[in-house]
Amino acid sequence: MNAKELEILSWKLRQDVLDIIVAGGGGHIGGDMSLMNALLVLYKNHLRVSPETADDPDRDRFVLSKGHSMETYYAVLCEMGFLALADVKARFSKFGSPYIGHPNNKLPGIEMNSGSLGHGLPVCVGMALAGKRGGKSYRVYTVMGDGELAEGSVWEGAMAASHFGLDNLCAVVDRNGLQISGPTEEVMAHEPLGERFRSFGWHVLEVDGNSIPALDASFTAAKTLPGKPTVIISHTTKGYGSELMENKADWHHHLPTAEEYEKIKADFAARKEAAEHGE
Amino acid sequence: MANNIPNRVAICETLLAHAKTDPDIFVLCSDSRGSASLTKFAEAFPAQFVEIGIAEQNLVSVAAGLASCGKKVFAASPACFLSTRSYEQAKIDVAYSNTNVTLIGISGGVSYGALGMSHHSAQDIAAMAALPNMRVYLPSDRHQTKKLIEALLLDEKPAYVRVGRNPVEDIYTEENTPFELDRAVWLRGKGEKTDVALIACGETVKPALDAATLLAADGIRASVLDLYCVKPLDRAAVAEAAGNARAVVTVEEHSPFGGLGATVAQVVSENCPRKVKNLALPDAPVVTGTSAEVFAYYGLDARGIAETAKGVLT
Repeated sequence: MNAKELEILSWKLRQDVLDIIVAGGGGHIGGDMSLMNALLVLYKNHLRVSPETADDPDRDRFVLSKGHSMETYYAVLCEMGFLALADVKARFSKFGSPYIGHPNNKLPGIEMNSGSLGHGLPVCVGMALAGKRGGKSYRVYTVMGDGELAEGSVWEGAMAASHFGLDNLCAVVDRNGLQISGPTEEVMAHEPLGERFRSFGWHVLEVDGNSIPALDASFTAAKTLPGKPTVIISHTTKGYGSELMENKADWHHHLPTAEEYEKIKADFAARKEAAEHGE
Repeated sequence: MANNIPNRVAICETLLAHAKTDPDIFVLCSDSRGSASLTKFAEAFPAQFVEIGIAEQNLVSVAAGLASCGKKVFAASPACFLSTRSYEQAKIDVAYSNTNVTLIGISGGVSYGALGMSHHSAQDIAAMAALPNMRVYLPSDRHQTKKLIEALLLDEKPAYVRVGRNPVEDIYTEENTPFELDRAVWLRGKGEKTDVALIACGETVKPALDAATLLAADGIRASVLDLYCVKPLDRAAVAEAAGNARAVVTVEEHSPFGGLGATVAQVVSENCPRKVKNLALPDAPVVTGTSAEVFAYYGLDARGIAETAKGVLT
């Protein structure tokens, strides 16, 4: 899918996320918005998965390590045909629903459960190692939050990934700079983040994570980097898409009021229209 | 019967035998291949062995990742670390995600005697059994250990297996090891009216069996149940043993909370109320010593079990 088509689609899916959250009465909207473009580009242009090949041993693997950004994952899985959007909207967070606020691998298209942070990368090390040892050509992807990087298990996984030379593994850090309590650099600093990953034996790509063409190019480049795993540090804006919530830590898990919903909806619509009329 | 082969060696031999024809068997260690007796596996099947280093959280998550891609994974690490340091990984990546991982807690209980509470795992049954979709097994000798591992190779569900460090006396034989997965083994008194039912798991089964012999000499009839499957508990066998007895004594190398005794007491109180005495380690750091010394000190040896049984019956 080309960049313009993806850009237009991203605004439609952001509205889906907003509707899912409002229907369910809560969700992690800030991180959903910073994650959207990376996840959309990954699924549409790079990740070799489909509902028809969901059990294919040679399929690519994805694990959402920042599992709380589930609403964006739902929107993308619906777009990819794994789930039905109307069903997700109707039942998200409702009594007895399989559509919970974190990945549930009883649902089609979801490989692993997460929710507690710091699990995705080590699990992906196992997946990538299985691929290497089994002579498979599949690739393994995960997305972590930046606040998540304070978990020690992330770095256990990072050292193992380079130790085993897992160049079939690509991790994305959704570097939106905010976590519940405030800026990551005030809560627990991660910089120089790129240097940290380099010192753990990784290729490091830094990218404007709000930019669909830039993300697309990074995922393409990551496939060609040999011998070591690659991390894409995706510099994003938490709450991206509406000024009302952009770069505001208290929108980490904020349920929009009716008034806020209308404002955000209008912002998304305007951005979608601009994308439709852009080059 | 005297034996110098630890249960952990039986695990390695079983995995070695099956890995010859099954390339999907993977063994993971956390700098623990020596203490897990898995060095032979690492040397024989390097492509099916993964050394994770001293990182138990990573050990379990990587195991889950491998399993999600079709591998039959056995992750071995000291029970003290595996059941606590990587507890959340066991909960989410193995049990909740339902991956085909068998966690092998080696040197369990007080195997590491003099190394202190950091190295004892008197909480692993309670911890692991509390996880939905996690099974908990404590085989009682090397022959049963082999049967258990062979059974676990045939299914694709999570499990936690605890074995001790040192050789334990044989209860079964090469030719005669009655075994059905998730069914307790009657060692004495099946179908008989008894005075006391002795229910044990792991390394306390042999002392319980010997206690039954001591009790018989005093004219007290005891049944003995090898309840290696603590979860899922063989409720029918427990109810039958308790129902045929006047009292029940449970024996375990574990904290008094949330282990075999607590679970058995739940079943007995619900099905056939009897007095139940739980013999266990104390709710405190245990005394320094070998397993035999520690067992004797807390009355988990044959003599102590027999004395407790007599006390319960009076």
